[in-house]
Amino acid sequence: MEGSSPGTFAIFFAAIFTSNILLTLYLGMCSFLAVSKQVKTAVGLGLAVVFVITTTSALNWLVYYYVLIPFKLVYLKYIVFIIVIAAFVQIVEMIIERVSEKLYNALGIFLPLITVNCAILGVSLFMIIRKYTLVSSVAYGLGSGIGWMVAIVAMAGIRQNMKRSRVPGGLEGAGITLIIAGIMSMAFMGFTGMIKI
Amino acid sequence: MDFQFGHLITSVLIVSGIATVLSILIVIADATIGNYGDKKITINNEKEIIVDGGQTLLSALKSEQIFIPSACGGRGSCGLCKLKIESGAGEVLPTELPFLEPSEITDNVRLCCQVKVKADLEVTVPEELFKIRQFEARCVSLVDLTADIKGLRLELSENDKIEFKAGQFIQLEVPVYDLTPEAVYRAYSIASKPDDDGFIDLEIKYVPGGICTTWVHKFLKVGDTVKFNGPYGDFYLRDTDAEMICMAVGSGMAPIKSILTHMAHRGINRKVKYFYGARKRDDLYNTELMEELEKLIPDFNFIPVLSRPEEEDNWSGKVGRLNNILPEYYETAQGMESYLCGNPDALNSYIAALKNLGLRDDEIFYDPFA
Repeated sequence: MEGSSPGTFAIFFAAIFTSNILLTLYLGMCSFLAVSKQVKTAVGLGLAVVFVITTTSALNWLVYYYVLIPFKLVYLKYIVFIIVIAAFVQIVEMIIERVSEKLYNALGIFLPLITVNCAILGVSLFMIIRKYTLVSSVAYGLGSGIGWMVAIVAMAGIRQNMKRSRVPGGLEGAGITLIIAGIMSMAFMGFTGMIKI
Repeated sequence: MDFQFGHLITSVLIVSGIATVLSILIVIADATIGNYGDKKITINNEKEIIVDGGQTLLSALKSEQIFIPSACGGRGSCGLCKLKIESGAGEVLPTELPFLEPSEITDNVRLCCQVKVKADLEVTVPEELFKIRQFEARCVSLVDLTADIKGLRLELSENDKIEFKAGQFIQLEVPVYDLTPEAVYRAYSIASKPDDDGFIDLEIKYVPGGICTTWVHKFLKVGDTVKFNGPYGDFYLRDTDAEMICMAVGSGMAPIKSILTHMAHRGINRKVKYFYGARKRDDLYNTELMEELEKLIPDFNFIPVLSRPEEEDNWSGKVGRLNNILPEYYETAQGMESYLCGNPDALNSYIAALKNLGLRDDEIFYDPFA
């Protein structure tokens, strides 16, 4: 069936736009709400997420198909994926901090924030459920990361411009951000039917 | 039931195996990539300390018993732990930017909870910070000064003393109780003079619902152990001969009382007037002490001012607000010094009145906390 196994590029494209992990599945909300006040920091966090999602999807794919399946331990995938992500983020943070101060300043300080970003675990789980190949999984991870970054940068842009707007008292902060996220997600979800992944 | 022990054991082994491999990787990374070795911190060009690299400057200094003020405990959200770092700190981090003025950035001022010790550092620690530490004391008296202000006398542990300048404040630790699930700190000016070795006085006004004031007014008992740290603040008696104008309202009495008793004790004979604002006669306190001080300090006048005296008060003194009373006493205040304490609104009105009389910003001293 052609519809159930879309091409790698379709998966990549869909992950960014039509099936944006943040705006259609609402995964990775906590840091989306907390760190979307300034475009500059949003870009930094976004890049960190892109990097970690892409690399951990590859790592977790290997762990799943070469360790968990042969030993019939697929039911342990949640805990194993989380351990892999957490450890990977720790090590990457140490390396970046050591190697490049510039990169660490731009990206590294956000790494501890995203260990618990549910979008990252979400991508690892979806690629298993949807039976993607390694290449498709990496494309899906990269696409989801970019999609998440697009969403948070757009949100930060909107929030920066809203500084001067009068928001009703009870809706200030997280309240109005969630409403904006809802409107944005309608725009993204409008195209969900175009590609099925 | 056919319970598969084999499978159980493999699953435990595999998960532990994965966890072990990853932990070993992290340990190796920590020991190689994350190991910055011993680093040298040079403080004020004189003292050198050797610390473990990789930790934050705040915790490195803390391990050497140097306490930098920090209200958030190093999470980069209070902006208090500013220090001048001459070299070795690298670029300013995005997490520090919201707390630093452009002039501070050019001056190499950094938040020491965000700066990690990755190279040898040269830092400037203000002298008075060396005196700041944690103190333990016993509450030896607790009296009602007015209907809503309590006076506390704290006795430090044996042979312990606190060195402070008249006018400075401490942060009182409020332990966990009904209103707070964790210890919190609140700043209060010391009301006693620096020469009261081993004792400090605090004067705390009750604020309905206030975490610290409720604790002091309703829970604290004589004999209880209390903790505080300090001393802090740039509000203290300057070492000049200039004529002084002191102004305070409510429990703002405390630091002014410290300054005046210090002057009387040390024989500092400067010309000084103290304007104190209260609502009605019952809100006035320390009046006998002030009369005594008027005898001890040759050129000192205490001028209590009531804003809304009641009929039975039979008040013959000044009525009104301090800022409006001031011009009755001074045509010009040029060359004088002013010491203020009170709530922000009162402070702003006093500052405006003093500037009208020709006082410069650097001649007006006050603590910027409410």
